[in-house]
Amino acid sequence: MEKKKRLNKRTWLSAPYLIWIVGFTIIPLVVIFQDAFVNAEGSFTMDNILAIFNPIHMKSMILSLAIAAGCTVICILLAYPLVLALRRLNMGREGFLVFGLILPMWMNFILRLLAWQMILSKNGILNMILGFFGIAPLPIANTWLSILIGVVYDYLPFMILPLYNAISEIDEDIIEAAKDLGAGGFTVFKKIILPLSMPGLLSGIVMVFVPSMTSFVVADVLGGGKIQLIGNVIEQEFTKNVDWGLGSGLSVSLMIFVLISMAFTMKNDPEGKESAIW
Amino acid sequence: MVDKIKNFLSRFYIGIILFFLYVPIFVMIVLSFNSSRSRVIWGGFTLDWYRTLFSSSEVMQALSTTMILAFTSAIIATVIGTVGAIGISAMRERNYKIVLAFTNIPMLNADIVTGIALMLWFVRFMPLGFGSVLIAHITFNIPYVILCVMPKIKQMNLSIYEAARDLGANSIYAFVKITLPQLMSGIMAGFFMAFTMSMDDFAITYFTKGAGVNTLSTMIYSQIRKGIKPEMYALSTIIFAFVFLILLAVNYVPKMKNARKCK
Repeated sequence: MEKKKRLNKRTWLSAPYLIWIVGFTIIPLVVIFQDAFVNAEGSFTMDNILAIFNPIHMKSMILSLAIAAGCTVICILLAYPLVLALRRLNMGREGFLVFGLILPMWMNFILRLLAWQMILSKNGILNMILGFFGIAPLPIANTWLSILIGVVYDYLPFMILPLYNAISEIDEDIIEAAKDLGAGGFTVFKKIILPLSMPGLLSGIVMVFVPSMTSFVVADVLGGGKIQLIGNVIEQEFTKNVDWGLGSGLSVSLMIFVLISMAFTMKNDPEGKESAIW
Repeated sequence: MVDKIKNFLSRFYIGIILFFLYVPIFVMIVLSFNSSRSRVIWGGFTLDWYRTLFSSSEVMQALSTTMILAFTSAIIATVIGTVGAIGISAMRERNYKIVLAFTNIPMLNADIVTGIALMLWFVRFMPLGFGSVLIAHITFNIPYVILCVMPKIKQMNLSIYEAARDLGANSIYAFVKITLPQLMSGIMAGFFMAFTMSMDDFAITYFTKGAGVNTLSTMIYSQIRKGIKPEMYALSTIIFAFVFLILLAVNYVPKMKNARKCK
């Protein structure tokens, strides 16, 4: 009885945080919905929300979706072998994760993207090296391909970290047992490693898919301003066109789309994603 | 033999990924010593950019804003987040789930949407400036703190705290002596995470900052069209070297001490 009382009293500690959630998470969302659904004259409108179906906006949306999907798949394909290699060599938290993944994050990400621009540009480092070997220059600069390289580079760590956490917790005995019972490498992966790393994989997907779909800086730097992702369209409604209603409407559409696709992803997750990133 | 080949392939693959992650950083470090302003031509070794860096009040201003912002927002987020996590963990199952769902919103939502929503809200009652950016950073930092602290709370042995109380410690003393030490690793990870996220943020700062305030990210973004000043490469190189040394010290000094003890 006494213990229960103390527990109930302890919930009061969450008060500052709850106030913060209401003030700076919930109310801003209410505000953006209000700006999206109410026009300048103060009456209800669906125009701003439905503007997403305008062909120009739809094109940006589909391109963003394709880039995000491509980025997520590539990150998964790159991260699994890496995490398995780290597990194999027992290179844990201190060595690779800190120096390999966290350290680069401390260099400003826009500057890192600019470095990629120099590497990939027409007279850039990559084409200089290719030219040295007599290979014709690759026209990667300012295409969707260079944007894809940029987002994979930027968000790969966010796939590796949760996946590493999930896979490093798998008991070696289970894998040994499967091998003793005659399972080959592929069967072990499919039947043991993949299911047991599912929570990590799912939070990795969320952490890669959402930002790669909505970033506007990557397209700005590596797309040369020619390629408009949905993030660029929204940003310009606020900065250049100063149509806040339309910008809010597109943001709300984007948010609804992202939340629905994430809800589908998380539905497969039995445990929720607590602690999965660290 | 097969094992050896597999080990070699594993090392090789890790090397390739590291190369991919470090190539742009290497390019930037080289450029910070390049005397030619051109970004692809090597014009000889120079330290000029490092010299101009420290005399540029604009860059120094942005640097100090970024650091103050990251430090203040991480501290406040760590306090609110840690205390909040303890409170949430004592809630009934249903409320606990609802609050955690709301906690996930800033993490699931796109940065651009979070930034715009906060900006639209701020302009209704306060001027955009350092204060609005600070509130925005605290908002997106708290979920990271809660995410790091919550697992430690679940592992925590509540009986020790109860025992301390039964033996006459008041709640604050018991909290400081018993609860806090058990949560410390999670709190530190949360603080570190929040600090890093704040340093690296662009989109949310961009929409909530208003005129006159610049962090390093927004300053660099404004330079993209005009061409990046080479001082920025010099600054990044210094930050990189600084963080590298700190991480090295944090990771290897304790180990060396342990090794000495063992002898």
